[in-house]
Amino acid sequence: MAKKITLPITEEDIENLKAGDSVLLSGSIITGRDAAHKRLFELLEEGKELPVNINGEIIYYVGPAPAKPPYAVGPAGPTSSYRMDKYTPALLDRGMKGMIGKGARNKEVVDAVVRNHCVYFAAIGGAAALIAKSIKSEELLCYEDLGTEAIRRYEIEDFPCIVVIDSKGNNLYESEPPKYRVSD
Amino acid sequence: MEIRKIKADTVTKTVKQLFMDCNYFIDDSITKALKEFKEKEKSPVGRDVLSQLLENNEIAAAEQIPICQDTGMAVLFVEYGDKVVIEDGSFKEAVEQGVREAYDEGYLRKSVVSDPVFDRINTKDNTPAVIHTEIVKGDKIKFLVGGKGFGSENMSAIKMLTPSYGAEGVKDFILETVRKAGPNPCPPIVVGVGIGGTFEKAAQLAKKATFRPIDTENPDPRYAAMERELLENINKMGFGPAGLGGNTTALGVNIETYPTHIAGMPVAVNICCHAARHKEAEI
Ligand code: SF4
Repeated sequence: MAKKITLPITEEDIENLKAGDSVLLSGSIITGRDAAHKRLFELLEEGKELPVNINGEIIYYVGPAPAKPPYAVGPAGPTSSYRMDKYTPALLDRGMKGMIGKGARNKEVVDAVVRNHCVYFAAIGGAAALIAKSIKSEELLCYEDLGTEAIRRYEIEDFPCIVVIDSKGNNLYESEPPKYRVSD
Repeated sequence: MEIRKIKADTVTKTVKQLFMDCNYFIDDSITKALKEFKEKEKSPVGRDVLSQLLENNEIAAAEQIPICQDTGMAVLFVEYGDKVVIEDGSFKEAVEQGVREAYDEGYLRKSVVSDPVFDRINTKDNTPAVIHTEIVKGDKIKFLVGGKGFGSENMSAIKMLTPSYGAEGVKDFILETVRKAGPNPCPPIVVGVGIGGTFEKAAQLAKKATFRPIDTENPDPRYAAMERELLENINKMGFGPAGLGGNTTALGVNIETYPTHIAGMPVAVNICCHAARHKEAEI
């Protein structure tokens, strides 16, 4: 059974989430991927203000396809998270509470998740048309010039994902594959 | 054979339809494989992921929206009959126009940037395409096209093996590439392998291999056996659907070959995700 969570996520929610839990998220999240992360990171490095408040937010690594009416957004599956590894620890240290993406993260990210009591969710890569059904509306927040890569706010309802790195540092990508590995 | 005139507009319309269709309608061989592997999948999470992918692909087809938001860079393999003359335009421009219209009118994502290193400015119409053209005998044009997503493209690799590596060396390199890719290329994956030719020929063959339905096999029984053996060994790695553990890491392995030099044995591995989008047409 999937756990239902209403955002903004609380410290208690995070404490209770375990790697492997199926989750349905409702509420609001922000989006951002490669180019937006690079810009946010550079602002942090220069000690400048960010154009969005990331405090308590969950960021979804996505660059959607255009919306076909009557959809609010087009197909919107996750993009590979490792490309954001360089930037993620700095954002978590500044109050962001979690990420939704796909694929493995490096040690620095896992450490930052544990240090800041955060959570990393995976959405199913390639299930973009299915995921779009749980996104009810979108609003542009900044970096419009980046097109599909701009930072947006999504209102979501029962958005399906799985906890892959929990606040204790348990990591499904490390723990699960060995169980199904067959050696000759 | 007589010269045959084909209107540039016919080329544009054909290319447009192919790119829209390949993004909405998954190949039957993928659907069949997803169902078969779901039956055999040991991980409950893995079975759930495979069900979600099947459901996703049904939604995409029914509503004619893309299977995946990364609708890829447009790649075309063209067999151009030497008796064909394009009327009212040029072949290259007609193809680019087809790509442009498909991505614009078909609600496909524009993912191409103008310059790889410095500018990286979105061209806003997903052009230019990557076009491989071969002149063949005849009065037709045959298109084999696909939209290639980069989550999996980025996990691909090429190695200039030398003859002494033999079949074992080839298999080891393919398995090593898949292992390094791990959970990142949206498993279950389709593995396209190109062996032989030169550096660039091997890579081209590997891409073409990912465009072949996975219920077909290499006509040479030795390579067909290699395809089956590799698939079996990849599925022992444990990555599973979405990389969350399981015995369905790949749905198929396709190998294409070409004669090569006495001193060489190039091997290219092009990783493709379950959203293996390709379509063909002849005009
Ligand atoms: S790797 Fe394939 S399924 Fe995954 S996001 Fe890219 S195109 Fe989509």
